[in-house]
Amino acid sequence: MTALGHLPTPANTVAPERDEGHRRGPAGYLLMIPGTVWLALFFVLPTVTLAASSLYDPSGSLLNGYQMTWHWQNYTEALREYAPIFLRSFLYAFAATVVCLLLGFPLAYAIAFKAGRWKNLMLVAVIAPFFTSFLVRTLSWKFLLSDNGFIVQTLSSLPAVPDDLRLLATPFAVITGLAYNFLPFMVLPLYASLEKMDPRLLEAAGDLYASPVNGFLRVTLPLAMPGVVAGTLLTFIPAAGDFINDELLGNPRTRMIGNTIQQLFLQAGDVATASALSVTMMVVIVLMVLVYVRKAGTEDLV
Amino acid sequence: MTTAPIRETHGGDMTGRGGEKPEPGGGQQAGDLELRNVTKRFGSFVAVDDLDLTVPHGSFFALLGASGCGKTTTLRMVAGLERPTQGQVLLGGSDISGLKPYKRPVNTVFQSYALFPHLTVFENVAFGLRRTKGSDISRKVGEMLELVQLQEYGQRRPAQLSGGQQQRVALARALINRPQVLLLDEPLGALDLKLRRAMQIELKRIQTEVRITFVHVTHDQEEAMTMADTIAVMNAGVVEQMGHPAELYEHPRTTFVANFLGQSNLLEGQARSAGAEIEVDVQGATLRAVPERSSVGSGPVRLGVRPEKVSLVDSSAPVDGQLNRLGGGVVTDVSFVGVSTQYLVRMPWGQELMVFEQNTGQRPSYAGGSSVDLCWRPEHAFLLDAGQDAKAGAGLDAV
Repeated sequence: MTALGHLPTPANTVAPERDEGHRRGPAGYLLMIPGTVWLALFFVLPTVTLAASSLYDPSGSLLNGYQMTWHWQNYTEALREYAPIFLRSFLYAFAATVVCLLLGFPLAYAIAFKAGRWKNLMLVAVIAPFFTSFLVRTLSWKFLLSDNGFIVQTLSSLPAVPDDLRLLATPFAVITGLAYNFLPFMVLPLYASLEKMDPRLLEAAGDLYASPVNGFLRVTLPLAMPGVVAGTLLTFIPAAGDFINDELLGNPRTRMIGNTIQQLFLQAGDVATASALSVTMMVVIVLMVLVYVRKAGTEDLV
Repeated sequence: MTTAPIRETHGGDMTGRGGEKPEPGGGQQAGDLELRNVTKRFGSFVAVDDLDLTVPHGSFFALLGASGCGKTTTLRMVAGLERPTQGQVLLGGSDISGLKPYKRPVNTVFQSYALFPHLTVFENVAFGLRRTKGSDISRKVGEMLELVQLQEYGQRRPAQLSGGQQQRVALARALINRPQVLLLDEPLGALDLKLRRAMQIELKRIQTEVRITFVHVTHDQEEAMTMADTIAVMNAGVVEQMGHPAELYEHPRTTFVANFLGQSNLLEGQARSAGAEIEVDVQGATLRAVPERSSVGSGPVRLGVRPEKVSLVDSSAPVDGQLNRLGGGVVTDVSFVGVSTQYLVRMPWGQELMVFEQNTGQRPSYAGGSSVDLCWRPEHAFLLDAGQDAKAGAGLDAV
C-alpha cells in the first residue's frame, strides 16, 4: 500500500489500477534495503557519533570515559588554536588542484582527441598507478626528492640554484605529492566530458571566425565545465583532508589538518577537539562546494 | 553578374599564400569562387583529381555525386577545413588557399549542423558576430531568426528543437555573417521527405532574397535540380559534366550523368552521318538522332533516351515516319504509381527498357505480356561515346 501511495495521480487516472500494481511492486523497495542499511550503519551512525563526540567534555579520557555535555567551547578553542593549519590545508589543496588542472587538461584533451589508437593505452597509463599502494607511491616521492637524490643533485649543480637546495620536507614537496596522487581524479572526469564533445563543433567555431584560442575559450572550455567542476572537487576535497603526503614529504611547519586530527585522536587522545575539527572541516567543505558549484553554473552536475 | 569575368593571374599571385590576406583583385567587392587544378590526396587515395571549377557570384551551385566522389572534400577545401594537395582556391580573384578557416569570408552549414549545445539559439546565431564588439547584435540576430521563422525560439537550447528547426538555426548562424560564399554540406540529409521538400523551397527563397553564392553538396539529384542554377556532377574526384539542370538532364554527355541524373535507356549501335541527322543502327533497326544532342557523330555509340520520352504503341499500329520506332518488345512488368505507369519492356535481344507513361486516361494501360513497339521523337535521343560503362552511375542515387 505504501508503494502505491507514491504514485503520481495522473498515472493512476490513465492506466487501470491493476496494471499499476503489477509494474510497481515492492521489489524496488526491497532492493533498496541493503544500500539503506549500509548507509545507516556506516555513514549516518558514524556522522552522528562524530558530531556527538565533538561536544564531549574535554576533561574526559580513555581511562575515565567521555561525557556528552554540549560543550560548544570545543569548537571555539579548536578554531582558535588550529585556524592557521586549516588555512594552510586549503591553500595546499588549492595549489595542488591548480597544478592538477594545468597538467590534467592538456592530458585529457590529448587522450580524447589526439591519441587515436593509443587512447586506451594512455587511459591505462593514467589509472596504472592505482595498482600500487598510495603509501608506496608517496614513499617513492620521498626518495625522488631526497637531498642525495638525482633531482636535487642535478638542480644544485645548475649555476642559478643555491647549493644547499632542499626539496624534501618543504611545502613544495607536499604540494607535488598531493598533485601527483590526485591527478587521475582530475584527468578522468575531464576526459569523460571532453570525449563527449563533437570535434566538429571546433570546425564550426573556426568556420564562424573563431581563432583556435577563441574556439577553445568559447566552445571547448564551456563544454568541459562539468568535467572541470567534478575534477576540481574530486581533487580538492581529498587533498584538503589528506595526511599521508604531509606526513611523508612535509615537516612540522607544513602540518595539514588531516595530520592534526590524526595526531589528536591517536596520540593526544583529545577526542573532543579532534571531532570538532573534523566536523568543522566537513561543514566548511560542503559550504565551499555549494558556493563553487553555484558559481560554476553547473547545477545539473549535482 | 552572370558571365564570369576573366581575371589576370599576376606574377606575384603566390605572395598571397602563407596566411596574409591578399588584396582584393581589381576593386570588385565580391566575386566568383574559382578552383584551379585542385587536387586532394589522402595517402594514396585521390579524393579530388585536378578539379577546375568556377562558381559565378550570386549563383546557387550544386555539387552532385554519390558518396565518396569527392564533393564534400571539395567543399571542405573551400571552407579551409582541408588543404589542397595541389592547386588554388580563389575568391574574387584572390588566392585563399593558404588562409585559415576563421580568416575566410566563407561560412558552412554542416551536415550534422554542429550547433553549440551549451548556447541558446540566439547565442548560436550570434556566435560569428561576437568576434567584434558590435552594438546591434540583438537586432541582427532578431532579423535573421525572422528570416528562418524562428523568432520565438531564441532562448531555447538546440536540443529542444526539431531536426528542421536545428537545420534553420545552422543556416541562420552561417548567413548572419553575410559570407561571400555559403557552403551547404548535405544540409537536408537528416530530414524526412516532406520536410526536405519544404526546406528546399525555403532555401531557394532565402538564396533569392540574400543573393549570396550558395554551394550546395548533395547526393540527391532531385534536390539539386529543384534548387540549383548550375549543377556539377562529380564522379571519382572529377566533374563529369556541369550546366543548368535541364541541360544536364536533356543532354547528358556521359553514361554516368545519364544514369545518375534521372534514368536512361542506353542502346548500343553504330552511328553514321545522314544529312542533317545522324542515323544509328540498333539491332537491325535504323534510329535517328540530331547532332545537337550528340557527343559523337559516327562509329560505335550508345543511344540514350529517357523513359518518359518513350511511348508504347501496339505492334500492329500504323507507322508514323516522324518517330523512331523499335519493335518486338514484350511488357514484362507494370507498376502503377498514380500519376504515371512504369513499364519494363523486354526487347528481342534481351535488354529490358524502361517506359514511363502519364496516366492521361487516353487509352487503357498495357498488361504484362502484351506485344508493343517503342516510339520516340529523334530529337529526344542523345548519343554517347560507346567506350564507357553503360551502368555507370546507375542505382547510386540513395533516394
